[in-house]
Amino acid sequence: MLRRLAVAAALLLGLAACSGGNAPQEETSGPVKLRFLSLAWQKESLAANKEIVTKWNAEHPDIQIEYVQGDWNSVHDQLLTSFEGGDAPDIFHYEAAALGEFSKQGYLADLSSLVSSELKGQIAPGVWDTTTFDGKVTGVPFLLESQVVIANKKLLDAAGIAVPPATGGWTWDEFQANAQKLTAGETFGVAWALKSPTNRVMNLSLNFGGKFFYEEGGKTVVKVTDAEKAVPQRIHDMLYVSKTASPAALGMSGADSLPGFFGGKYAMLPGSVSLRQQMVEQAPAGFEWVTIPPLKGASSQQAANPQTLSISEDSKAKKQAMQFIEYFLNPANMATLAKGDWLVPTGKKANDELVKLTGGKQGWDVAADSAADLTISAFQKVNGYPEWKSKHATPALQQYFADKITLEQLAKQLEDGFRG
Amino acid sequence: MMKRFLQYVALMGYLIFLGFPLVWMLSTSLKPPPELVKLHPTLVPDAPTLMNYVQAFSEQQLDRAAFNSLKVALGSAVLTVIVALPASYALARFKTRVGTAALGWVLLSQLFPFVLLIIPIFLVLREVGLANTHAGLVLIYVVWALPFALWMLQGFVRNIPRELEEAAAVDGATRLQVLWRVVFPLLAPGVVATALFAFISAWNEFFFALVLIKNPDLATLPVTLARFVGIEGTARLGPLAAGSLLATIPSLLFFAFMQRRLSSGSLAGAVKG
Repeated sequence: MLRRLAVAAALLLGLAACSGGNAPQEETSGPVKLRFLSLAWQKESLAANKEIVTKWNAEHPDIQIEYVQGDWNSVHDQLLTSFEGGDAPDIFHYEAAALGEFSKQGYLADLSSLVSSELKGQIAPGVWDTTTFDGKVTGVPFLLESQVVIANKKLLDAAGIAVPPATGGWTWDEFQANAQKLTAGETFGVAWALKSPTNRVMNLSLNFGGKFFYEEGGKTVVKVTDAEKAVPQRIHDMLYVSKTASPAALGMSGADSLPGFFGGKYAMLPGSVSLRQQMVEQAPAGFEWVTIPPLKGASSQQAANPQTLSISEDSKAKKQAMQFIEYFLNPANMATLAKGDWLVPTGKKANDELVKLTGGKQGWDVAADSAADLTISAFQKVNGYPEWKSKHATPALQQYFADKITLEQLAKQLEDGFRG
Repeated sequence: MMKRFLQYVALMGYLIFLGFPLVWMLSTSLKPPPELVKLHPTLVPDAPTLMNYVQAFSEQQLDRAAFNSLKVALGSAVLTVIVALPASYALARFKTRVGTAALGWVLLSQLFPFVLLIIPIFLVLREVGLANTHAGLVLIYVVWALPFALWMLQGFVRNIPRELEEAAAVDGATRLQVLWRVVFPLLAPGVVATALFAFISAWNEFFFALVLIKNPDLATLPVTLARFVGIEGTARLGPLAAGSLLATIPSLLFFAFMQRRLSSGSLAGAVKG
């Protein structure tokens, strides 16, 4: 054991010295085989991914794609070790929020000159910004997740509440008033499933212009002004002042709150647009549900953290890899992938295609319309955000939502916790 | 009578405690999606279905993954025993400073976290052509299981009275004969326990298998099962339960096969006076 470890340590040092860091890779011409790490996990999405790859391989004998299945929970470690070990997949699926760290280490290829103007024009500039670091485009964003409200249609009807059209959702005031109308007996108007509260609060705070992170004298600082306080305060009020939100749901994830929702304990579930899939697959027979568009504060803007496709800097066939990405994300394919994951495609044409494909049913009209509200937020570019989130923001928000600290104490903990 | 009854009640309670997760997993694997999110879930599914098993097998190569896991786990168990058996005998019987230091190091080596070792291990395996192979994975699992296996086995060796070996030597047995005919048969329970430990560690291991194996056809069962879990821990409970239940069967069978040899008592009365 001792010897083995000594050998391992010695080899590590030797190899580290010999590895030559991130030297530019020579591009290959001629037939290539590329590895594509996909994180698709839903049944339909898996099938769509595999089908597109099979079609590509049949049509492009010189650029063969090996489909490798990964999983969301361990992909970060898997990629990190692959990058360090010089054995990273050529193309990989991940999310914008994770790319900054990899980009800083030089693991990701700059796609600026590789992306076609057609694909570039399909995706909104605010969404491209989420994958752009120091001027380098490190990934092609392709699937977005907006925050909507899923509601029990029968309970809405019984309370005399009309379902708003896909193009115009409720304001927060209207939402809170409707939650009040829906709260009766054993039923709460809302279940805020806030097991991981920070990203939800960051995303929704853009409704009131809350950015949390500001530049001051060349330094990044956290500031909690009225704009940042708005969303936490409104949620807190629903829990403890109007008592229209269930405190029991606070520690749940979106999926955990479904039994209560289907059982009539909660009338509305604010959550991801992808929750619709569980509605379709798991709702009991006869259960009617509707998708309410994103809530509006000063605007209905939300932070976008799109799923992305990136190319490793170590790949010897970046052009061919990009060719595959362009094919994989053409409007028809992007629409199919979004449908499989119940998410929103970033491409405008893909969005139109998806509404046509689904007839706008099962909340697809709302999902498609919400794409326009998604943009970058300041927190997505901040170094040290993950640490601040886990060590300070999440515990502080959990305490505030559990009514253990005041709004002012929450603000102080959030501000003091960040050491830019 | 009452005492025996209470013993049975306690035993039954313990069995339920141990077995309930498996029963619940079986129940979950037979439920259609709407039953998985019922406000008041039931143990017996209202409308049992095998759909989750069909989905689990049609979407992921569970049979191949199970075969891969079995191959790697059996290889690790056999190799661990082969290496640990003579080493533990030497550690238990020959008192040297090196032996004491080695045992200390064996304990110390358990403090290194996986994450610290994974990149050096990957680089070493790649250099010797064992990255992305089951042989490489077996090698890592053996190294990983050895410290505990050594500690465990040398305890068993110490329990064998030296007098038995001396008696065999007096009767004219060579050292190899003493080991083969006297020591090793008496060590059978220890060997079985070591093999079980190495088998189960390798069968359940996830992280090394995830990082070291790139070829989808070589993926092991834990890595394949993880694909039923999505973003932020959201899982496809039905297929996951179906796959996980099937994944427990080989280790249960292996344990059932080996546990008969775990019995002690071979040494009772071996040394008198």
